[in-house]
Amino acid sequence: MGKLTGKVAVVTGASKGIGAAIAKAYGAEGASVVVNYASSKAGADAVVAAITAAGGTAVAVGGDVSQAAEARGIIDAAIANYGRLDILVNNSGVYEFSPIESLTEEQFHRQFNINVLGLLLTTQAAVAHLEAGGSIINVGSLVSRITPAESAIYTGTKGAVDAITGVLSRELGPKGIRVNALNPGIVETEGTRTAGIVGSDFEKGAVSQTPLGRIGQPNDIATIAVFLGSDASGWLTGEQLVASGGMR
Amino acid sequence: MSTLANKIAFVTGASKGIGASIAKHLAQAGATVIVNYATSKAGADKTVADITAAGGTAVAIQGDFSKPEEITRVYAEIKETYGRLDVLVNNAAVYAFGALEDVTPEEFYRQFNLNVLGLLLATKEAVALFGPDGGSVINIGSGVTRITPAQSSIYTATKGAVDAITGVLARELGARNIRVNSLNPGIVETEGTQSAGFIGSEFEKGLVAQTPLGRVGQPQDIASVAVFLASDDSGWLTGEHLIVGGGLR
Repeated sequence: MGKLTGKVAVVTGASKGIGAAIAKAYGAEGASVVVNYASSKAGADAVVAAITAAGGTAVAVGGDVSQAAEARGIIDAAIANYGRLDILVNNSGVYEFSPIESLTEEQFHRQFNINVLGLLLTTQAAVAHLEAGGSIINVGSLVSRITPAESAIYTGTKGAVDAITGVLSRELGPKGIRVNALNPGIVETEGTRTAGIVGSDFEKGAVSQTPLGRIGQPNDIATIAVFLGSDASGWLTGEQLVASGGMR
Repeated sequence: MSTLANKIAFVTGASKGIGASIAKHLAQAGATVIVNYATSKAGADKTVADITAAGGTAVAIQGDFSKPEEITRVYAEIKETYGRLDVLVNNAAVYAFGALEDVTPEEFYRQFNLNVLGLLLATKEAVALFGPDGGSVINIGSGVTRITPAQSSIYTATKGAVDAITGVLARELGARNIRVNSLNPGIVETEGTQSAGFIGSEFEKGLVAQTPLGRVGQPQDIASVAVFLASDDSGWLTGEHLIVGGGLR
């Protein structure tokens, strides 16, 4: 029996990268998974195909978390397909680094709309269905601890995610719903490869400051997300787990 | 295959309470467990009996970890019997609350010698027994380092030291793939907290009122997190302090 057998999970932004790895790990541990995507239907379909090929259950559902009606639609898809909801993984996020001199309102609104407002909207929609034993996992970032230069907007969004995690853990605890943040360091994904981070001097510098001496892989994060979704973490709420090989 | 199959785990102070529960859960996950106790042979024997009755493997070893020479002896026995170690749970600890006016050097040394020096020496010895694949060290700290309750200056200081040591050793041992994390429980219903009068007191009611999940912890709430930290599922976590207290902070 898997660690998540019988549970239904929604993973937002799961067409690639960390979200895709979490969705696959959830499927492998027995959860029925709603694989949300904003734009890459092909990516989400590939994740669903991988889960079903391994004997799991999953469905791809399009929707932009920053639009209230679409956020509700993603959650409703879990109820329509599987009849309940146990775990929400708020993974959708965008990032763009800029020095303070060149950041723009457009950058601000794009990142806060998806990373913060979208997280609140999907959580609001999910809380209508989650019962005692439910788990919400907010994928934050190590940046809220190390506050790198030229990341004011992105790090601002992730600081907000940490804060919301604490607030909602207190607010939803009496209903038996847990809320935790999972804050990865640098992870090798399509995104960090495209951004030129993987293979760069920046990466080498980060690895040299990482006690475990490498960058993260999506599965490093996914196994922790399985724990936070499972009853094994039933006494953990309001926590921020920094998943970074010790870099901080 | 079980999560901890083929792993050898050593739990200090495992004759009762949180330590006993961690020992049982590690064994249930497939580890061979060495159950240390300082004084309660009966308690350790019961932990071992519970494990073997459930089909697991465990052995009890006596040793007071506030005494360096006993730590050395215990590890010599572990080395002779098993030859290696994969997981260390630094759980042995004492506590006593008291106002600043009541602080004495004797009480300071009683708590620091076990909670901090004993933890350091136990880790030093364990690291020498970890193999080429590394290992996992789990330091049982306490939620008190975040809450810093009044009249707990010595005990909270020992646990603050534990948090700090966790960070230092995570950096120091990471290159050998040895992970070091703190597991910091809130108030847990154990023989210890029962006999201290916490359970059922107004103090307990006040804490429950401030705990989002609305109850006190049970030993198994802590033990399932320890299994995760011992396993490869937490392979990318090191230097972390997990507050396991139902959201109380």
